[in-house]
Amino acid sequence: MTFPMNDVGMLSGLVCGFLFGFVLENAGFGSPAKLTAQFSLRDWSVFKVMFTAIVVAATGLYVFEQLGWASVDALFVPTSLVMASAIGGLLVGGGFAIGGYCPGTSVVGLFSGRIDALVFIGGLVLGTFVFAGLYGPAIESVMAMWEVDTGDTLMDAYDIPQIALIVLLFAALIGVFYAGSWFERRGRGPVSADEAVAGAGSAS
Amino acid sequence: MSVSATTAAGRPVRPFWNPLLAGTVLGLVLLLTFVWTGHGLGATGASTRLAAWLGNAVAPAATQANEYLGAMVEDGANPLPSWISWQVIGVAIGALVAAFMGGRLRVQLDGAKSVGSGKRIATALVGGLLSGFGARVAAGCTSGLGLSGAATLGIAAFVFLATFFASGLIVHRIVKGL
Repeated sequence: MTFPMNDVGMLSGLVCGFLFGFVLENAGFGSPAKLTAQFSLRDWSVFKVMFTAIVVAATGLYVFEQLGWASVDALFVPTSLVMASAIGGLLVGGGFAIGGYCPGTSVVGLFSGRIDALVFIGGLVLGTFVFAGLYGPAIESVMAMWEVDTGDTLMDAYDIPQIALIVLLFAALIGVFYAGSWFERRGRGPVSADEAVAGAGSAS
Repeated sequence: MSVSATTAAGRPVRPFWNPLLAGTVLGLVLLLTFVWTGHGLGATGASTRLAAWLGNAVAPAATQANEYLGAMVEDGANPLPSWISWQVIGVAIGALVAAFMGGRLRVQLDGAKSVGSGKRIATALVGGLLSGFGARVAAGCTSGLGLSGAATLGIAAFVFLATFFASGLIVHRIVKGL
């Protein structure tokens, strides 16, 4: 059997989603106090978890391809629209710092009992309406700016060997853990489950 | 200032997984998703479909004429049934099970203790609005573009993550100063 299987039915959605939500909640990512503590550099869990996941998945895909199990070319890769990605990152990052969640973690927040996450999701839908209302040639032309013509992945666009990128990611991962743990020792340390359940702003 | 304080039936609060474990398991889940479906995990695909569905229910003519949402509701199509919707429902169930098992299920307006209920509702709404708009500009969010795209070594993903974290660091400082 070769991958991907390209099964996009209900079962794969429910199973992958269940596991995704289960891990995110166990990582503490339903708590806006824990999530935004990354931006005060008190708690580096967001960087650590994301970076680790990226390295594990990227390495896995590389190994599968080397073994001939998978065709990585058949996977979805986002189009290299640099301007659109940069503006989107600025707004989603700003929204995260203000609202306490990103879109995926707001679902985790809501289903660990947080009413503010429901308000955030309402904001997501409103933001989509505002975007749809403004959508037209002007927004489209900005979103199309700075596309990398040579490819969508770092290896295609800049001719970097995939293994070199993975080694680089591993090095960055070690750096993130080292720097993160240093900051966490200097400050109050990661937000604990007790603090997260008590809610942001509780005396601790 | 706490609006509500319903804890799940006295279950002890269990600690979070350490980040290395959580990240490794998350990476394996992402890998499974790629080999099973051909794409990664996401979130705003579902909220966009929800917006199209709501728009079509409240203002059908305007939604169907809209250049962005119109295609999703063309010829009476229901935008909701889709892989990403099932995946987000899965996220909800998975989070609920994990929160319950970990003794971390508690109904609250999180953040109300530090800034008050009114201000917390406002920050959640404004934050969501910016995120919702931004995710449409980038055609993805932290999960769909940042996490999943970076696993395929996509350029757009690393650009997104860089500006996402830079913006978060700066805006956090500004918000704290208000």
